[in-house]
Amino acid sequence: MTTLTLTRSRAPRAPAAAFGSIVLNEARLAWRQPAGMIAGTGIALLLLVIFGEVPAFSQPSGQLGGYSPFDTYIPILMCFSIALIAFIYLPGPLVSYRELGILRRLSTTPVPAYWVLAAQIVVQACLMTATLALLVTVSIVFFGISAPANPAAMVLAIALCMAALFAIGLAIAALARTASAARGLMAAVLYPMLFFAGLYYPVQLMGSVIQDISHFTPLGAAVPAIGESWVGQFPPAQPLLVLAGYALVFGYLAKRFFRWE
Amino acid sequence: MKAAITPGTSEPGASMDLDSGGEGESMAAAEISHLRKTYGPLVAVDDVSFSVTEGEIFGILGPNGAGKTTTVECAIGLRSPDSGSVRLMGIDPQADRARIHEITGVQLQSSAFPSKLRVGEIIDMYRSFYRNPADVGEMTAALGLADKRRSYYRSLSGGQQQRLSVVLALVGAPRIAVLDEMTTGLDPQARRDAWELIEHIRDRGTTVLLVTHFMEEAERLCDRVALIDSGRIIALDTPAGLAAQAAGAKTVRFLPSAAVDDSLLTRLPEVTAVEHDGHHIVVTGTGELATSVIVALHAAGVLAQDVRTDASTLEDAFVQLTGRHLHEAEQGAQL
Repeated sequence: MTTLTLTRSRAPRAPAAAFGSIVLNEARLAWRQPAGMIAGTGIALLLLVIFGEVPAFSQPSGQLGGYSPFDTYIPILMCFSIALIAFIYLPGPLVSYRELGILRRLSTTPVPAYWVLAAQIVVQACLMTATLALLVTVSIVFFGISAPANPAAMVLAIALCMAALFAIGLAIAALARTASAARGLMAAVLYPMLFFAGLYYPVQLMGSVIQDISHFTPLGAAVPAIGESWVGQFPPAQPLLVLAGYALVFGYLAKRFFRWE
Repeated sequence: MKAAITPGTSEPGASMDLDSGGEGESMAAAEISHLRKTYGPLVAVDDVSFSVTEGEIFGILGPNGAGKTTTVECAIGLRSPDSGSVRLMGIDPQADRARIHEITGVQLQSSAFPSKLRVGEIIDMYRSFYRNPADVGEMTAALGLADKRRSYYRSLSGGQQQRLSVVLALVGAPRIAVLDEMTTGLDPQARRDAWELIEHIRDRGTTVLLVTHFMEEAERLCDRVALIDSGRIIALDTPAGLAAQAAGAKTVRFLPSAAVDDSLLTRLPEVTAVEHDGHHIVVTGTGELATSVIVALHAAGVLAQDVRTDASTLEDAFVQLTGRHLHEAEQGAQL
C-alpha cells in the first residue's frame, strides 16, 4: 500500500533551486520591461512631491483631525502604489503567460505551474516594499514628517493590504479570459477603490454613508490602518479583519478558478 | 523493436512493481489501451491502442485534425481521456502527474516563452527543473543554437524558436520524449540536424514518441509508425512494412548492355514479373530486388544501364489506406 500512497502524492518533486531560477527570470523580466516599475513607483512619488510642495497642503486642518492634507495623503499614496502594482503589474504577465501557452508548457515539467504565480508575487512584493520604503523615506527626509511611531503595526497593516490586493488581482487574472478583459476588469475595480481610499477627495469630508461603505473596501480599510499606526496607535481590529477577509475570500477564488490554459 | 498492438488493459497493480520492472523483460515505455477522447460531439480519438517499446522511435502519422495531438496530450496527462488507459513506464499520468513530468520531456505544438528572456536564461531555468539534466551544450550545438544563448527569445526566427523548444523538451534527459510536429517550420538542413539529434538521444536510451505529418520524417526516423485518420489507428507497422503492405511490389527498370533471356530473371526468387518497354526491361518483385537483378545480370556478363528503382512509400500506404493524399486530407481538415 505504501507504493500506492506514493503514486498518489502530489508533493512537488522539482529541486528547490528551480523556484530560485524562476524568481530570477521574473525579476529580469520586470527589470527589462520597466514600465511597471516606473508607473508603480514613479506616479506615487511624483504625487507625493507635488502635494508636499503645495503650501496649503501642509496646513493642519480641524476637519482632518488636526492633520494636514499632506499628512493624510501619505498613506493614501502608499495604498495607491500597492494597488497599481497588484492590479496592473501582477496579473498582466500571468494572463499573457496563459495566452501564450507558457503556463501550459510549464505544466509538463516537474515544476508546479503555480510556482510562476508565487515567483511573480515575490518579485512584485519586493518592488512594492522598495516603493513604500522610498515613499516613507522621502516623506521623512524632505518633508519633515515624523518617523512611523508604531512600525510593527504599520508593517502588519501594509502586509495585510498587500495580501488583500494581491488576492484580488490574482482573482481577476483567474477569471478574465484575455489580457484585455483583465485590463478592463482591473480598471473597473481600481478607480472606485481609489475613490474610497480618498485619493480624489478626503474620505473624512464625505457623507457618513460613504464613509461607512469606505471602511469595508480594501483601501478604505487600509488607509486609516496605516495612518493610525504611523502616528502610534495600534489600528482597531475592524480594518485589519476587513483586509484579512478580502485576502482569504479572493485568495480562495483565485485558487479555485485559476486556469492554466 | 517488435511489438504488436496490445488490446488488453493493464492490471491495476501494474504501477506497483514499476521500480523493478525495468530489469529483466523489456518493459513497454508507453502502453495506450482503448483511448477515447471527445470534445462535445466531436470524437477526437476513438479506441486507440498501441504499445511503445523502450528505446524505440514511435511515430504517429496522420493529417491535421486526425487526433494525433490529442492522443499524445492524453498520453502525457495534459488531457484526461474519456475512457481507456495510459501507462508511461508503468505510471498512470492521471494518478501521478509529478512522476510523469520527471520522466517525460514534451515539445508542444504551440509554445512560446517570454520575449524578453535570453535563450540561455530560458534553458538554464528549464534545466533547473530536473534532478539529472542533460548536457545542454551538446544539444544547442547540434541544433545550431550555441551562438544564440545571449539572444532574446523574440529575436529568434520561427525555426530557431522551434529548435529551442526541442532543446527544452530534452533538457531534463527524459526517459520518454514526446515531440509534436518537431520539424514544422524548419528548413531542410535544420530538419536533418533535428533528426540526427533525435537518433542520438534514442541511442542513449530515450524512447521517442514522435507526432508528425511528414512522410519523409517518419520514414527516416521511426522504428514503427501508427497511421491515424479520423481518430482511429488505420495501420501500425514499420515504415517499410507499411509501404510494402500498401503496394507490395517494387520495380527495377534498366537498359541491358546485351540481349537478356527473360528466364535469367524470372528464376530469381525476388522477381514476380518481367516486361519489356522498348529496349528497357522492367522487373517487378519484392525484397532486395535491384541487388539480385544486377548481380544475376553481372554473372551473365550483362551490364544494367540507366537503372531506376521504384519502391512504394509511406505516402503510397496512406493513399491506399485512406484514399486520400496527406496534403489533401490536410486541406479537407482546414475547410
